Amino acid sequence: MNGDGSLERLRREGRIVVVGASLAGLRAAETLRDKGFAGSLTMIGDEPYEPYDRPPLSKQVLLGMAPADSTALPRRRAVDATWRLGVPATGLDMAARRVRLADGDEVPYDRLLIATGVRARPWPREAEAELDGVFVLRTREEGAALARRLADGPKRVFVIGAGFTGSEIASACRERGLSVTVAERGAAPLVGALGGVVGAVAADLQREHGVDLRCGVMVTSLEGDSSGRVRAAHLSDGSTVETDVVVVSLGATRNTEWLAGSGLGAGPRGIACDAGCRAFDIRGIVTDDIYVAGDVARSPHALFGYQFLSLEHWGNAVAQAEIAAHNMISESADRLPHMWVPAFWSSQFGVNIKSVGVPSLGTEIMVPQGTLASRRFIGVYGYQGRVIGAVAFDHARWLPFYQELVETTAPFPPPFPTVDRHPDGQRPMDADFPDPSVPTHGPTVTLSGYSPADRRMTFTPAH
Amino acid sequence: MTQSLLHQILDYANRADPYPIYEELRKTPVHHEEDGPYVVGTYYEIRSLLHDPRISSDARNLASTAGDPLAESAQEEETALPPGFLRLDPPEHDRLRRMTNRPFGPPHSPHRVDGMRGELHGIVSGLIDGLGDTGRIDLVEQFSYPFPVTVICRLLGVPRDDEARFHTWADAIAASLDPDPDADPAQGGKASHDARTQLGMYLAGLIEERRKNPGDDILSELATAKGQDGAMTTMELLSTAALLLIAGHETTVNLVTNGMLTLLRNPDVLQRLRSDPRLAVPIVEELLRFEPPVQLVPQRTTLADIEVRGVTIPKGASIWLVLASGNRDPERFEDPDRFDPDRRDIQHLGLGSGIHSCFGAPLARLEAQLALSELARRLENPRLLEDPPTYRQNAVLRGPRHLPIACDGIRP
Ligand SMILES: Cc1cc2nc3c(=O)[nH]c(=O)nc-3n(C[C@H](O)[C@H](O)[C@H](O)COP(=O)(O)OP(=O)(O)OC[C@H]3O[C@@H](n4cnc5c(N)ncnc54)[C@H](O)[C@@H]3O)c2cc1C
Ligand code: HEM
Repeated sequence: MNGDGSLERLRREGRIVVVGASLAGLRAAETLRDKGFAGSLTMIGDEPYEPYDRPPLSKQVLLGMAPADSTALPRRRAVDATWRLGVPATGLDMAARRVRLADGDEVPYDRLLIATGVRARPWPREAEAELDGVFVLRTREEGAALARRLADGPKRVFVIGAGFTGSEIASACRERGLSVTVAERGAAPLVGALGGVVGAVAADLQREHGVDLRCGVMVTSLEGDSSGRVRAAHLSDGSTVETDVVVVSLGATRNTEWLAGSGLGAGPRGIACDAGCRAFDIRGIVTDDIYVAGDVARSPHALFGYQFLSLEHWGNAVAQAEIAAHNMISESADRLPHMWVPAFWSSQFGVNIKSVGVPSLGTEIMVPQGTLASRRFIGVYGYQGRVIGAVAFDHARWLPFYQELVETTAPFPPPFPTVDRHPDGQRPMDADFPDPSVPTHGPTVTLSGYSPADRRMTFTPAH
Repeated sequence: MTQSLLHQILDYANRADPYPIYEELRKTPVHHEEDGPYVVGTYYEIRSLLHDPRISSDARNLASTAGDPLAESAQEEETALPPGFLRLDPPEHDRLRRMTNRPFGPPHSPHRVDGMRGELHGIVSGLIDGLGDTGRIDLVEQFSYPFPVTVICRLLGVPRDDEARFHTWADAIAASLDPDPDADPAQGGKASHDARTQLGMYLAGLIEERRKNPGDDILSELATAKGQDGAMTTMELLSTAALLLIAGHETTVNLVTNGMLTLLRNPDVLQRLRSDPRLAVPIVEELLRFEPPVQLVPQRTTLADIEVRGVTIPKGASIWLVLASGNRDPERFEDPDRFDPDRRDIQHLGLGSGIHSCFGAPLARLEAQLALSELARRLENPRLLEDPPTYRQNAVLRGPRHLPIACDGIRP
C-alpha cells in the first residue's frame, strides 16, 4: 500500500482512458471493473461500433453464414464507461496527461491504456487501390463489403498474399464455389509463419481445393477498366490474371501515427512496453501511467531471450489486456508479468491449424505425430537445441503437451517415441524459413529486436 | 494403515465412499506399490498424462500385466471381439474415430444427437410411465439400466423387434464386467462369452443387411461409408458397434443413478431442478465431476521413461489415472467435496481428455439431462429407501447396483 494513499484514490475516483475500443480495450475495461476500479472509464474508438470480433470476418462472414454486423464481442460484465465511438484520438500530451481527439476535445487521464491495434496494409499504388473491386480485410465494414461482393458471384477472386488471412479468404471463396487465384511472393503459403516444410503442405491443400496458387511471384500492378472497376492483375512473371475482385492481404500496419511527436516509444513496429505492459518513452525509459496491450504492443518475452515480440494473436490481446488492467491499478509489488505463451489458430480448407510458441524462430522442424502427407500432424520447431514452437494440423488435442515443452525449454529434438511410432518422426529437418529480410505476407509474430528504443526495421512493406 | 492403497481402491467395502482413499492417494503425486501399476490421482498430472503422446492406450505395449489387478478382466473382455478404438493408438485410433464420427457429430452430422431429443424424451416418458408401484421402485432396474441400451439400439438402428434380445446380451456382458462375488466365475464367464458371440453374430447379420438396404442410422452409414478414409472392414465395424454399446451403456446407467442419488441427498437442488429444467445442464456437469461414472482409466502404458513430479515411470509400465480423484483435487477445485451445480469453473475429467476423450459426450450429456429433469418433474415427493444403496462390484465403472426409492405418485 502506498503510504500516501494515492493508489487507493486512483482506484476509487481516478480517470482511466482506453484508446482503441476493440478486443484488448474491452477486455481491459472489464478487468478493471472486475478488480474493483470505481473511478471514471472512457473508451475512445475511431470505429463507430461497439467492440466486435474480427476472426469471423475472414471465416463465417465471407461464407455468408453470419452477417458482418453479428460479431459483437460477448460482454463478460457491465463496464459502466463513457463511450466516445467514431472519434479517433489524434494526439497525446504526456506531460499534461491528455489525449487529443479529432473533434477537438481533450480527455484527461490518470492512467492511459493504448490498444489501437493494427490496420490492413493497403495496396501501395494509391490509384490502383481505389479501383472498384479492390478490398482489404480488417474491419466490419470491409468484411461486409467483401462478403456482399462475393455473394454477387464474381468470375474470379484474386488474393494478394498467402498469409493466414489471405489463405482463409481463398478458402472461403472456394467453399462458395468461386474461382480463386492466390499470388504469394514467398515459396509457399504461410511460409513466413510456419516455414517451407509446412508451407508445402499448405500449398498442396490449396491446390487440392482448386485454388490457382502462384508462388514466388509479385503482383506488379492492377488494371482497371474505363468505368474504374478492376479487371486484371499483372504479375512479375509476365502473366496477367483477369479478375473482378482483388483482396489485398499484405499484412498489417500498426496504428501509431497519432502518437508521433508525443515522446512515447511508438513507431511503425508498434509501441514498446515492458513485461508489465508499461510503455517506454523514446529514451527507453518506462512510463508509470501509460500501458499498452494487443496487436499494437511489442513486449519482451522471457521464454524467447527477452526479445521484443509483436503478436497479432487474439489470445494475446485478451491476456495482455488483463495483465495491463491489473497492473494499472496495483502496487508495484503486486504487478504481474505478461508471460502468455503465443498461441494462434486458423481454419482453412477444412483444416484446423493451431500453433504455440514462436515457430518462426525455429531453424529445424520434426514431425513426431501424424504425417505431412495426410495433412494431420504435429510439427515441432527447434532453435539452438531447444523446442521453440509447435504447429498442429487437425491435431490440436496434442498441443498442450508441446506447449509444455516450449514452456520448459525442453531439448530439441525431443528424445522419445510417441504413440504414432512412425520411423520418420524422430528426424529433424531444415524448417526452411525464408530469409527474414525478405518479407512474406504477414507473419503473425514479428521479432522486433532487443531494445525498446531500437528502430531498426525488420519488417518492411512488400512494395 | 494395514491394507495397501491399491487394494483399498478395489476393496468393495469402500465402494460407497472411495473419496477418503483418493484424498490419501493425492498425497503422493505418483503412487506405486511393488510390481503394481503407477497410480496418479492429482488433477494437473492426470490432465497432462492424458495429453502425453508417450502414453499408449494399446495394451500390446505393456511390458507385463503381472502386478495389475485390472489387467486380467480387460483381456478377457477382448476375446470375442478385437479392441475398439478405445484401446488403439494413432493412426488407427484416429482413423476409426474419425470414420465413426462422420455419421455421429459435427462437421458432417451436426444434428444427429440433437435430432434424437424427441426420441430420447419418448423413451424416458415411457419408462417413467411404466414404473408401477411407487412404494418401492428400483431406479436401476426399472429406469437407468434399460434407458441407455434402448438409446444405443436406436442410434445403431437395431430394429424395434430385436431390442429385447439386445437387452439380454447387454445384461450378460454387463454382469461379466461386474461379477457377483457369490456366483461361479466360470459360469459367468461362459454366459458373457456366449452373449458376446451372439451379439457379434447378430451385428454381423445386421451390417450385412444394412449394406444392402441402408437406412439413415449410424450402422448403415458406417457400413456404406466411402469417405477419404475408405470403408471399415466388417471386423472393425463389429468392434466399433460393440464399443459404442459398452462404452455408452455401463457409463450412462451410473451417471443417471448417481445423479438421482445425489439429488435426493441434496433436496434443495432437486427442488430447483423441478422448477427450472434448464438447471439440468450445470447439474450434469457437476455430477460428472462429483460422482463420475468412470472412476479411473486403467489401460494406459508408457512408451518411454517419463518423469511425473520427480518420479520416473519406466517404459512399459501400467498407469492408472484416477479421474474421480482428480475431480476432487483441492488444488484445482475450490471446496471439492461439495456438490455445487453453481460452480462456474468446471473443467472436470469425468469424460476424459485428449484424443480418447469421450466420443459419446454430447449424447451422454443429453441423456442424463433429459432423464434427471423428467424424474425431478414427474416423481412426487421422491425419497431414498436405502442410503447408501448397494453398489456394483466394479471399482472402475462405479455406481449403485440397486437404488430403491419411493414416491407418492407420478405426475403426468
Ligand atoms: C480477418 C481477421 C481474421 C483473424 N483471425 C484470427 C484468428 O483466426 N486467430 C487469431 O488468433 N487472431 C486472428 N485475428 C487477429 C485478431 O483479431 C487480433 O489479434 C485482435 O483483433 C487484436 O485486438 P486489438 O484490440 O489489439 O486490436 P484491434 O482489434 O485492431 O483493435 C484496435 C481498435 O483501435 C481502433 N483505433 C486505431 N487507431 C485509433 C485511434 N487513433 N483512435 C481511436 N481508435 C483507434 C481501431 O479502429 C480498432 O477498432 C484476425 C484478424 C483479422 C482482421
Ligand atoms: C455418462 C456417460 C459417459 C461417461 C462418464 C463416459 C466416460 C468416458 C471416458 C472417461 C472416456 C475416456 C476413456 C479413456 O481415456 O481411455 C470415454 C471414452 C469413450 N466413450 Fe464415453 N462416457 C459416457 C457415455 C458414452 C456414450 C453414451 C457413448 C457412445 C455413444 C460413449 C462412447 C465412448 C467411446 C467410443 C469412447 C472411446 C473414445 C476414444 O478412445 O477415442 N461414451 N468415455
